[in-house]
Amino acid sequence: MTRRTHRDARWLVAVLALGLLLVGCGRNMAEQPKVGTLQPSPFFADGSGSRPLLEGTVSRERGGIDPVFFTGQDAGGLVTELPIELSYELLLRGQERYDIFCAMCHGYTGEGDGMIVRRGFPQPASFNEPRLLDASVGYYFSAMTNGFGRMYSYASRIPPEDRWAIAAYVKALQLSQNASIDDVPAEVRRALELGDSEGSLPR
Amino acid sequence: MPQHFPPSTNAFVRWAILGGGAFVVALLVALPIFARTMNNAVGVPVAQPIDFAHNLHSAQLGIDCRYCHTTVEVAASANVPASETCMTCHSQVRVGSPQLEALWTSWENDQAVRWNRVHDMPDYVYFNHSAHITNGVGCSTCHGLVDQMDGIWKTEPMTMGWCMECHRAPERFLRPRSEVFNMAYRPPSDQLVLGSELVAAYHIDTDVLIQCSVCHR
Ligand code: HEC
Ligand code: HEC
Ligand code: HEC
Ligand code: HEC
Ligand code: HEC
Ligand code: HEC
Repeated sequence: MTRRTHRDARWLVAVLALGLLLVGCGRNMAEQPKVGTLQPSPFFADGSGSRPLLEGTVSRERGGIDPVFFTGQDAGGLVTELPIELSYELLLRGQERYDIFCAMCHGYTGEGDGMIVRRGFPQPASFNEPRLLDASVGYYFSAMTNGFGRMYSYASRIPPEDRWAIAAYVKALQLSQNASIDDVPAEVRRALELGDSEGSLPR
Repeated sequence: MPQHFPPSTNAFVRWAILGGGAFVVALLVALPIFARTMNNAVGVPVAQPIDFAHNLHSAQLGIDCRYCHTTVEVAASANVPASETCMTCHSQVRVGSPQLEALWTSWENDQAVRWNRVHDMPDYVYFNHSAHITNGVGCSTCHGLVDQMDGIWKTEPMTMGWCMECHRAPERFLRPRSEVFNMAYRPPSDQLVLGSELVAAYHIDTDVLIQCSVCHR
């Protein structure tokens, strides 16, 4: 072999090696061949990448399977006691979730005069009417879980813990709408009379 | 030993060094300018199969972000609502509106509405909403005033540099957890004082936040 062809071969290798660098210029790491959240997939008939839960799937997040906790019913029908511990934090959580998920129809006081009702949604009964004042926590839990008439179910959107928190809050809301000044503890009443409605509450 | 290169290569090498130096300087100037002006479709409305208006539903009707974006506090993804969520109201409200035709088609055929993505990180980036929401980063810090939008678009470039601007000094942007969903929130004049308090209160480790493996894992 002559020196000349040697040199040509070296150039060829160098150019090829440089060409290899171009391989790194694709966008293939940005769009990896896997299905992510919210991505479509041609593999399934409905065209969506995520799969719906199978019929009868039960969450084991809390460990055991407690029918009362998931359905609001026991052998005697709708339960009248919360299956979880009642606390001030639970009521605050319930208030927050009620304001997010229910208030725009049922209203902030439960009267059934929320914004969506004013824009044409059928008006639900007031939570402050006698029939609903007598209804148990289980009744409220069950309405959210299974839907009620023209109201859709919230089971897929609100986890059961939060549904119980909302049910507990609605019962508290009803008390507040039918309360008199005598129900207010003495020390809080004094603060109210001084015009400080927030200060003395355990926030 | 014979000479491999003719004398003229000396001049060539000199020019090559000069030219290479100039090239590197030009690159150092041009790349940051490019990165700063390349706006990644900021402010460009994204067409959608249904003309859903956030300003109508959020600002006028007062629906909370979490009514539709249900998983934003607990998961990586914020979740775009299923047709069931829309039908909760639209089974009764504005029935027969031509604007809602695609919604009814989706509902009756059990096929998801194909919303177009507005924000979409490359697959090699990990992002997590709940980590930000529970640590006091407001929706409007990253998405702008969505509740005023009649349509949907990006308000931030969402490049790595943009993420890092906050990860290097989160105290400049943090707000109390209770204000995360408040779209009208205005930072106080002593933001840095408040921000530093929040960094301590929420146990945010700023040394960890700038490590590559936080976002590239
Ligand atoms: C989109 C509006 C809307 C939202 C949001 C909504 N509801 Fe309702 N709800 C209604 C309507 C309307 C009815 C009455 C349905 C009927 O009679 O066909 C109803 C009925 C009920 C009932 C039964 C009342 C009765 O008359 O016995 C309960 C309990 C209830 N809702 C609780 C809730 C709770 C708790 C939430 C929040 C998780 C909620 N609703 C969210 C519209 C709504
Ligand atoms: C009534 C339901 C609803 C409410 C309430 C709602 N959104 Fe949305 N949001 C949607 C739908 C549907 C889409 C997808 C269609 C679109 O982009 O217009 C969306 C899209 C988005 C996107 C863009 C998603 C992407 O593809 O990158 C952002 C960001 C967003 N919403 C933020 C918010 C914020 C912040 C709030 C609260 C102020 C809010 N949304 C309230 C339904 C809702
Ligand atoms: C909590 C109730 C509620 C939910 C949930 C809701 N909407 Fe609406 N939407 C309304 C109301 C009320 C109006 C009508 C406002 C008015 O009176 O002008 C409306 C109006 C609209 C309009 C305009 C219709 C027209 O004819 O002008 C569109 C489009 C629309 N919604 C799409 C959606 C989509 C898509 C979703 C799901 C992501 C959704 N909406 C979820 C209550 C809701
Ligand atoms: C730290 C910045 C940041 C904050 C704060 C933030 N987002 Fe996002 N959001 C993003 C990024 C980045 C994406 C793109 C995620 C992806 O592609 O994986 C995104 C995507 C979305 C999407 C599209 C669906 C998804 O998860 O990919 C929705 C809807 C959304 N955000 C709503 C919200 C809402 C509502 C809030 C407030 C509760 C919020 N975001 C707060 C940065 C943020
Ligand atoms: C406005 C401030 C801000 C912006 C913008 C921001 N982040 Fe963050 N990020 C934070 C804070 C605060 C934390 C919480 C740190 C902690 O948990 O200690 C965080 C945490 C994270 C985490 C850690 C989650 C975990 O579970 O370990 C990831 C991943 C992340 N951010 C990705 C991103 C990406 C990607 C972007 C750009 C699209 C971004 N962030 C933009 C402030 C921000
Ligand atoms: C706060 C989150 C975050 C951290 C921390 C982070 N990155 Fe990134 N990185 C991103 C995002 C978001 C993108 C994609 C957006 C873009 O192209 O700018 C990206 C893109 C990249 C790219 C691809 C650029 C391209 O255009 O192809 C490289 C390489 C990279 N990052 C390296 C690093 C290295 C090295 C580190 C550690 C010093 C690091 N990143 C730390 C968020 C992060």
